[in-house]
Amino acid sequence: MKAAEFDYLRPSNLGAALDLLANESADVQILAGGQSLMPMMNFRLAQPELLVDLNGLEELQFIRQTDSHIQIGSMTRYCELETSSLIQQHVPLLSIALPHIAHSAIRNRGTIGGSTALADPAAEMPALLIALNATIVTRSREGQRSTEASKFFLGLYETALDSGELIESISIPKSTTGSACGFYELARRHGDYAMAGVAVTAQRTDPINDARVVFFAISDRAIRAETVENHLNGLSELTEEGLENARKEIDKLDFHGDLNAEVSTKRHLAKVVFKRAIEEMMR
Amino acid sequence: MTKSQNISVIINGEPISASVPLRTNLVDFLRNQVGLTGSHVGCEHGVCGACTLEVDGSMIRGCLMLAVQADGAEITTIEGFADREKAAQLQLSFQKYNALQCGYCTPGMLASALEYIEAGGKADRAAIRQHLSGNYCRCTGYQSIVDAVVAVIEQGGKQ
Repeated sequence: MKAAEFDYLRPSNLGAALDLLANESADVQILAGGQSLMPMMNFRLAQPELLVDLNGLEELQFIRQTDSHIQIGSMTRYCELETSSLIQQHVPLLSIALPHIAHSAIRNRGTIGGSTALADPAAEMPALLIALNATIVTRSREGQRSTEASKFFLGLYETALDSGELIESISIPKSTTGSACGFYELARRHGDYAMAGVAVTAQRTDPINDARVVFFAISDRAIRAETVENHLNGLSELTEEGLENARKEIDKLDFHGDLNAEVSTKRHLAKVVFKRAIEEMMR
Repeated sequence: MTKSQNISVIINGEPISASVPLRTNLVDFLRNQVGLTGSHVGCEHGVCGACTLEVDGSMIRGCLMLAVQADGAEITTIEGFADREKAAQLQLSFQKYNALQCGYCTPGMLASALEYIEAGGKADRAAIRQHLSGNYCRCTGYQSIVDAVVAVIEQGGKQ
């Protein structure tokens, strides 16, 4: 189908975009990369009255570093993250996961901020940001605030974004010596939305500590599985028994079925992706 | 009344100005207003890849970008790719290896394959399949498409 009618404005700076967003009399929608919003508009699942196009706002397109963090502007495209030496060096989890995010032609347009703001339960980005202990920096006309990724994704397409607010940047702690990561997802076709996926990080010290295990495409949001993490933390080495104890906890997670797979399938696939991601992490 | 906006673009090297309805996506604009019907419309939600075309040097989905967003951009469609060396080789190779049957996916498939080859992609079948994963072909089973791409990388499409 084709999208319904809408008005379209392309502000030339962030302040003008925030002014447009603050208009509460109209149903205003931000257009970022459009790789999810455009399909939703074509299906008429979304029919905004006004599209505010952030493409062209260079102040939201950057990848830079501080001593401890990598900061990514919300309008940074996946293709820019893929080729960034800063990302490859300091955020290896993002580097190994990016090729799984849709297809090349989608990654050439799609943005990190767009996927984060949409909070699709089957998308990789929310799970990655929680696993990476990222902070989401948002801005409205009233000012700026920061929210931990673990508190940002509230449910099905639901985030902590207030009305009149947009994502300005995402801040990710740099990977430290001894930290390791793994990522795995199962999809019907490479690049399609996952049927189940997981991102894992940990300090590969003796014993293992600070494990973070975040599943996606199994529930109504990305889920951090602390009960699974508890079985990994404290292990001197990853034994079959330790792994089995962790896998048993996966059964108790809050699974939701979707068009791709019912709950029992997702429960099975979650254990498969977990095992493979852990293998990658320990390699 | 349909809301419209004027845009100026360069399409296959030719400057074009037009008034486009805001809700019109780029591939519909190219097909219906400009008359370039080489880019195909399949699913209209970014899954099938039939509308893949180039905007400012990047291959994108023509159905997931508004025509109005292309204002000031340089667009290359399958009609314009023919001037590029690797694209011409790919077209010959597709013909030679029977890499198309109905041809509906072919413009998008060529665009994605061109992106892979021009970026220096290797003759690695798994990597080629991964790169072409965003383009559906319902006729060939992909084997012959991968054959055609490998041939261009290895020998420029020649025997």
